[in-house]
Amino acid sequence: MTEPVLSIRDLSVEIPTRKGIVCPVDSVSYDIAPGEILGVVGESGAGKSMAGNAVIGLLNPPARIAKGEIWLNGTRIDQLSGDAMRRLRGKEIGMVFQDPLTSLNPLLQIGDQLTETMLTHLDISRSEAEKRAIAALQEVGIPGAADRLNSYPHEFSGGMRQRVVIALALCAEPSLIIADEPTTALDVSVQAQIVALLKKLCRERGTAIMLITHDMGVIAEAADRVAVMYAGRLAELGPVREILTSPSHPYTDGLMASTPLASRGKSRLHQIPGSMPRLNAIPDGCAFNPRCPYAADKCRHDPGPQGVEGRAACWFPIVRERTA
Amino acid sequence: MDLVKVKNLSRTFDVSKPWLNRVIERQPKLFLKAVSEVDFDIAERSTYALVGESGSGKSTIGRMLVGLLTPSGGNVEIEGVDLANETDAAKVAAVRADIQMIFQDPYASLNPRWRVRDIIVEPVLARGGETKGLAERLLEQVGLSAEDAGKFPHEFSGGQRQRICIARALSSEPRLIVCDEPTSALDVSVQAQVLNLMSDLKDSFGLTYLLISHDLTVVQHMADRIGVLYLGRLVEEADPDTLFSDPKHPYTQMLLEAAPRLDAFGREVVPPEGEIPNPIDPPTGCAFHPRCPLAVDRCRAERPELREVGTSRAACHLAE
Repeated sequence: MTEPVLSIRDLSVEIPTRKGIVCPVDSVSYDIAPGEILGVVGESGAGKSMAGNAVIGLLNPPARIAKGEIWLNGTRIDQLSGDAMRRLRGKEIGMVFQDPLTSLNPLLQIGDQLTETMLTHLDISRSEAEKRAIAALQEVGIPGAADRLNSYPHEFSGGMRQRVVIALALCAEPSLIIADEPTTALDVSVQAQIVALLKKLCRERGTAIMLITHDMGVIAEAADRVAVMYAGRLAELGPVREILTSPSHPYTDGLMASTPLASRGKSRLHQIPGSMPRLNAIPDGCAFNPRCPYAADKCRHDPGPQGVEGRAACWFPIVRERTA
Repeated sequence: MDLVKVKNLSRTFDVSKPWLNRVIERQPKLFLKAVSEVDFDIAERSTYALVGESGSGKSTIGRMLVGLLTPSGGNVEIEGVDLANETDAAKVAAVRADIQMIFQDPYASLNPRWRVRDIIVEPVLARGGETKGLAERLLEQVGLSAEDAGKFPHEFSGGQRQRICIARALSSEPRLIVCDEPTSALDVSVQAQVLNLMSDLKDSFGLTYLLISHDLTVVQHMADRIGVLYLGRLVEEADPDTLFSDPKHPYTQMLLEAAPRLDAFGREVVPPEGEIPNPIDPPTGCAFHPRCPLAVDRCRAERPELREVGTSRAACHLAE
């Protein structure tokens, strides 16, 4: 097996509050290989973005990494100083946020934003940087790239802006891109364009992508592997087809069943009772036990095994005939 | 029996710069046609869904239906009364009481300083009705508990807040509820709860819904009839089975193709070309022609009328 680009080991993030410490990410481990898209799904409050922010060193204090290790290309990065982390951000890790308008500087032309990023991270001349900026814009499919360098962000539409943000994330040729809900603010047709673009970049450049989203449909189409998170913990991790067609964690199972699907017709949707617990009120034992149809006594006391590749974080995983 | 009849409905917004800028910069007035010549009927006790991407005018239509906006052209008839032109105040008031609305964002649509009880009974109180025990009863009907009536909105999660919004909409015993993206702000598992609740209430109260959504899967699950909007015009109307199995309009086909599917692992989508054009300066002829793979010369010159194609209606020269 090839060396993973990103390797997260037993990562926990904690936030001290007046009422005690809450733990939005709890003992999470996963790897991303080069050229792989790892989908991270979960509902709001599941800790999926928080894990992404921890990787790139953008946790908002007082949130902090409580334990665990983050390895990027064989280097441990969770203990780096602010300066070293800043050199890494943009160069080794690119980031694409949900809202393309707030992640671009409205006062700078996009050409300047692209060249600035490259001049900061790469040892190249300004004219070379400009050439690369045009190439990057062309690569993400912006028509008339050379003429658009002098445009300001507000002159682009939402989908085009998201392309600019992706170009910006790419321009220093990082080995990992963290895309945090990159298509949530976009329309269906534009979403399809952006997903196709991410897949193309991943395939052609071998960039690893961590795709954080709540949309199972996007995951099904784009991701190679998927990590399902619930209340800060990894519920399940594995190849996307396996997890989505025969989930073994009751939460994933309920989530899949509650998504409206054409094939299910007009019958009532399956519903998971209740909602995700708040961080300061995570139940004892398995965090999912109050909503779980299979919960037994054991689940209410013991949090159960940690979710890792091929093993759900559940005492009583659902076993199905795996359809190949 | 049709509860709602929408005829030739249009709405134009003035998006010009201020007068002084127009004079100095010699710019003409600018108008944005958010909705143009939309026609549809909603049968009593059915769910009519409007789908479309942002800027297609679906929310504007919803707002005109409840009377939050006045139409610039055409009319909306509810229970046979044209709300914008009716002069008999008593008739208007009677119809108004039969219409309610549920909004997208349950965080913004509840007053944070009011207790849940006051929020829920307000529509009844406004007409001087009896409200004793009403909030408690409604809360139980939407799956919350009677004790919640004394709490404030911040004590509830998003899904619970949307239930409170639904309880408020139900309190005046409406016949028509306009739901503007009721589940877009909710997580999947909570969305399922709210959609199930909406179906149950429809049956037990005999409600009619106008469901506005961009999510095709939700629409397919809920609707009895679907209207697809593009740039302010109805481009196709059909029942869900026909629409999803045999879409007539190329835009609908594109939308269905582009929507992410749960069972399509690693599907290679040929992503749709282009984006929604600027509604201030829409393309000539069929508004979809710059993105349409089938467009011919006629599409560029002549705007297609909505016409019957099989059991559907489609606005396309080539649909058959």
